[in-house]
Amino acid sequence: MSDERDSVSLSGALPGFSPDMIVQVPDTIPYKVLTYQEAIREGLREEMRRDPRVFLIGEDIGRHGGAFGVTRTLIDQFGPERVRNTPISENTIVGTGTGAALAGMRPVIEIMFADFSTLAVDQICNQAAKLRFMTGGQCKVPWVLRMPQGGGAGKSIAAQHSQSLEVLYAQFPGLKIVFPSTPYDAKGLIRAAIHDDNPVIFLEHKMLYSVRGRVPDAEYVLPIGKCDVKRVGVDVTVIADGSMVWHAMQAAQGLSAKGIDVEVVDVQTLAPLDEETIGVSVRKTGRAVLVAEACRSYGPTAEWGMVAMEQAFDFLKSPIIRVAGRHSPIPFADSLEKGVWPETEDVIKAILAVAEY
Amino acid sequence: MEVPRDTCLEMYRRMMRIRQFELAASELFRRGQVKGTVHTYIGMEASGVGVCMALRGTDLIVGTHRSHGHNIAKGADTKRMMAEILGKETGYCRGRGGSMHIAAFEVGSLGTLPIVGSGIPLAIGAALAFQMRREDRVAVPFTGDAGTNTGNWHESMNMAAVWKLPVVFVVENNRYGVSTNIAEACAVEDLSFRAQGYGIPGVRVDGFDVMAVYEAALEAVSHARRGDGPTLLVTESYRLDGHYAGEPEVYRSRSEVDGFWKLEPIRRFRTYLIERGVASGEALDSIETEIRREIDEAVQYAKESREPDPSTAMDYIYA
Repeated sequence: MSDERDSVSLSGALPGFSPDMIVQVPDTIPYKVLTYQEAIREGLREEMRRDPRVFLIGEDIGRHGGAFGVTRTLIDQFGPERVRNTPISENTIVGTGTGAALAGMRPVIEIMFADFSTLAVDQICNQAAKLRFMTGGQCKVPWVLRMPQGGGAGKSIAAQHSQSLEVLYAQFPGLKIVFPSTPYDAKGLIRAAIHDDNPVIFLEHKMLYSVRGRVPDAEYVLPIGKCDVKRVGVDVTVIADGSMVWHAMQAAQGLSAKGIDVEVVDVQTLAPLDEETIGVSVRKTGRAVLVAEACRSYGPTAEWGMVAMEQAFDFLKSPIIRVAGRHSPIPFADSLEKGVWPETEDVIKAILAVAEY
Repeated sequence: MEVPRDTCLEMYRRMMRIRQFELAASELFRRGQVKGTVHTYIGMEASGVGVCMALRGTDLIVGTHRSHGHNIAKGADTKRMMAEILGKETGYCRGRGGSMHIAAFEVGSLGTLPIVGSGIPLAIGAALAFQMRREDRVAVPFTGDAGTNTGNWHESMNMAAVWKLPVVFVVENNRYGVSTNIAEACAVEDLSFRAQGYGIPGVRVDGFDVMAVYEAALEAVSHARRGDGPTLLVTESYRLDGHYAGEPEVYRSRSEVDGFWKLEPIRRFRTYLIERGVASGEALDSIETEIRREIDEAVQYAKESREPDPSTAMDYIYA
């Protein structure tokens, strides 16, 4: 399972992504520009206003607003009962959310870093994910578990605060896993996650919190369980999640000048995976590059690649290539960190490789 | 405390129902008609019944791997329970759960979660929902002595205490976590002392004495209903059967088990009821006959019920 074949750049920092790269709201619709962090907060605010059953629970989410400020100011509007600070007890925080959901509430749980959710794996995976099934449908567990993951640009905080864990949870039937890449998606999907009657893991990418984008003034909800085609193209399909969608878009923009027309599929919901959209795109282009920050071995790209093959084998014009994080804990030093995560130029190289195959 | 005659007889009936259910389930297991495993509640009937009789229909309980008794004590239907143990579509969980996962939401049993300690936080969440909605309801997580060594239990005790949630933590000290005696696993002999670390009342009662358990549970429940927060209620008990039905029990002596059979709660309660003039021996015998018939019917119902259709294997995974 060596990942030495991965081309990993040792130079260059995560680029400052321009909001113009992904525009999801046309000029004709009234909108405001929000950061990803603000968009999640606005989604939470609208849901809390709409539904008294919705409440937030987690460590330091009150006055402090959570480690990344997502819930900041919500305590002023909704009070400490609905924006509930907890002791440091991850497993019981999640279990409490599950119990409240069983009793008819719609909790939104925050875990400070995705890495810390490993303390709550039993409650997430054995309890919340399986309760409906084990009880023969007597109950449902409508909670949302928000947590930031990933890192980059030297802003990471090393091995226990930076890992990408989408695949860990994707192994547990009963869970849904959502990972928005833009402010527009983040708001529409957090609202959908709260509406959903299942336990939904809502991953937020730390490097995207400050990314800005257009968000409509009018209320909207996006569907869970759908990939989103962020860019339409005919030559190569790039399938990506989280911050890697931005790298894919940047690579696509760069390559359009060279006459390579890239389609970018933002996975957005990792479970249940929208195999149909992946199939349609890869059957059209016949070429696929898979990009994720999570570890390459047994990573999300492994699943997407198999889906692409199952859906489009007869249409493939080249091997499928994956660009992914190396099989390493995330190091602290800036120089080392750059060595483990994919960057835009890695995506470009991979696209060129399949395009020129 | 004066307990109405009807309440006493209902307690006797539920204890007898648990005993007969467990005997029937063990017998089916020994004959190979039950897959997996069966953890019986024999010897502990007074604990579950004493607690659940102090609860209302709207109150919720969460159980463990050893919770046939808790479900029955809370009012679950023995037909649907037996059908679940036999993996039938008519079972409470439509054959998806089995002995260790019986939940009966219709009577307020949120589920019996067999990973030790893991069910407890669910009760905390339910109690939080009651408190937020200003509902007059209580949540009761049951665990054994071994569960008090889990992080879930300690985190939950702390959280319920700091938020003053309407919870009664019931610890049924049956002395063993599988084969490990509690003295090997915990340096505190009286488990109710552990409440002091969380600033809540800790009460220890004789778990073979249903009246003592009932009285202590009523007090703890009313404490919770008043908004005064959780109580730790330890019922000193013993499981007279092995960890599972038919277990070799190499970790304890026959004489130890025989000694505890002398404390057996149903016979003790029977003597109490007759001596106090609450019921005659004949009246109690007829309850036993009635319950035996009910359990025979439950076994028959379970055996005759259909198995889940394989085409429904993927049902109930997502709502």
